Amino acid sequence: MNTQAAPSSAASETVVDIRRLWTVFKNTDGEQVVHRDLDLRIARGEVLSLVGGSGTGKTVLLRQILGLEKPSKGTVEVLGQAPGELSAAGAANVGMLFQHGALFSAFSVLENIAFPLRELKLLPDELIRNAALVKLQMVGLEPRHANRSPADLSGGMIKRVALARALIMDPPLLLLDEPTAGLDPEASDSFCDLLRGLHRELGLTVVMVTHDLDTLFDLSTRIAVLADQKVIASGTAREVIAYPHPFIHEYFLGGRGQRALEALHDRPAPERHAPRPEAGGAER
Amino acid sequence: MPSTTPPADSPAAADVGASPRIESREQDGKRWIVASGRWTTLAMSSPSDWQALAKSLDALPRQDDAAWDLRPIAQLDHIGAQLLWERWHHDWPATLELAPQHKAVLDQVAQYTVGTPEEPPKTLVERLRDFSHNGPRAMGVTRDFVGLIGQLTIDVGRLLAAPHRGPWRDFSGHLYQFGATALHITALVGLLIGVVLAYLISQQLRQYGAETFVVNILGLSLVRELGPVLAAVLIAGRSGSAITAQIGVMRVTEELDAMRVMGIPHGFRLVMPRVLALAIAMPLISLWTSMAALLGGMLAADAALDISPAYFLSALPRAVPIANLWLATAKSAVFGILIALIGCYFGMKVKPNTESLGRGTTSSVVTSITAVILVDALFAVLFKGIGFRG
Repeated sequence: MNTQAAPSSAASETVVDIRRLWTVFKNTDGEQVVHRDLDLRIARGEVLSLVGGSGTGKTVLLRQILGLEKPSKGTVEVLGQAPGELSAAGAANVGMLFQHGALFSAFSVLENIAFPLRELKLLPDELIRNAALVKLQMVGLEPRHANRSPADLSGGMIKRVALARALIMDPPLLLLDEPTAGLDPEASDSFCDLLRGLHRELGLTVVMVTHDLDTLFDLSTRIAVLADQKVIASGTAREVIAYPHPFIHEYFLGGRGQRALEALHDRPAPERHAPRPEAGGAER
Repeated sequence: MPSTTPPADSPAAADVGASPRIESREQDGKRWIVASGRWTTLAMSSPSDWQALAKSLDALPRQDDAAWDLRPIAQLDHIGAQLLWERWHHDWPATLELAPQHKAVLDQVAQYTVGTPEEPPKTLVERLRDFSHNGPRAMGVTRDFVGLIGQLTIDVGRLLAAPHRGPWRDFSGHLYQFGATALHITALVGLLIGVVLAYLISQQLRQYGAETFVVNILGLSLVRELGPVLAAVLIAGRSGSAITAQIGVMRVTEELDAMRVMGIPHGFRLVMPRVLALAIAMPLISLWTSMAALLGGMLAADAALDISPAYFLSALPRAVPIANLWLATAKSAVFGILIALIGCYFGMKVKPNTESLGRGTTSSVVTSITAVILVDALFAVLFKGIGFRG
């Protein structure tokens, strides 16, 4: 698959475009509407966090962006295409970090990372191996971890390997489902640092679902709040918190939110990295 | 690196939609290798583009003194950079012209491309040590299995002492799962085996004019051996694997640990109900399979040898003493206990990962079928004087 749709260099280029999306689940009690006329546009270079209570369809939205689920109504476009049409080279468009890593337990770490490239059955083995090693080290692991099996890894290492696998084909869009869930504070912090560094270096667009307020304030350039079946507010942390809505009040201004906010005031807000005309390259 | 004048007619960098290309050309008495287009994974994942690129890479002159011009490259990602780095045999070329953002990507690839540490091959001593561990391992399996049987005995004693506190709901659920839902498949397989066997035997018997002996041969072989073994093999594949998978998944999801923390013993709650359910279901299924097989044999004998069902039914009790039925029932109960115990054993041994779950299920089925056939042979030797009309 070769997309001829060349990335335009417009600064506000939309990577993910969700229009009038409806998600309806049918169960025994009848219909349950999760999303109603939801609109969301994500521009290149953003780190967008999806925030919402349990059952507001954050993960469902991620799965719809990935094309794993079809919306009941409305359209989702990723890089100008419907996500269901991603084929073998899908990993070159979108990378996904699943909550529990979803590493293939039968493969070693290196084989896991190299898997999407190997499945293309085009590139030479030596190139694939070295490319996987480069990604392994970019996520902060060492070559000696390459031959381990996923069962022998700690939670933080599993996330790193899964991240390396998601990035192996240098996709411009990276989706994260609870990237720091289950990690200790130190591992969470270093994982956030890693994500911030990769976002800057690779010019990634990141969409993230998280309940960890520290991660949220640390990484996001924009926060979108899901409630009442749609995006009720989106903007920087300060803008979102200022929005009057009971859910936002509960979520950010409860005890945990207050503590995380204090931490936020102690440091400057994360700047939004200017989108670059080229994806895939790196800037220093 | 030395600043040199690059080829003047390099293609415009604005050509962003182009597939990756590489070519070599002479300029000012120097050989330049010029790369252009999008050197990205997405572009290379198209087979035609990749093959074109690989061909032109191969066609490049071998000597390493050529100058490289990467400025026409529109996009360069890590895979593209890796491809170049491999072509350069992990070293920078003497003359290289490129855009600064591409330099950064190449720098990163260059920094991180190192050989993987190969696992050193095992020495003879290590192999010997690994092999010598098989002995203790086999003893460990034996010990664990004996422990399981002992635990089962204790649990059954506990159940007898206080029957009202037994896990009866589990028991009836398993009885339904292992027994009632297996009736269709065992009946079908039994019926067909009966038909096949009857036709096979009738061919031989007709040559000697001993057609009526089909009742003896069919009756004895089906009731005494084939019915119980056939049913046990089917149940081992069907319920033995299910038991291992159920308990194994409980291990993976930490349900087993949760039960232990609550003080609920695995043996009493998980193993015993399954063993008892199969110990009761297995003889019934075996009887059912034998009946289906006899029905099939009877119909086939009618069709192939003109032996009427009425004669078949009246001759059957004379040909097959009732002791065979008791033997088959006892044997089946032992098979049932074995299948359930082996299933539980491998389920408990599953480690908390999916690979181990698959391996455990396979071992469970293979081991229980082997055990069934072994025990059947044991029964055949032990009871060789019982149930035959001499």
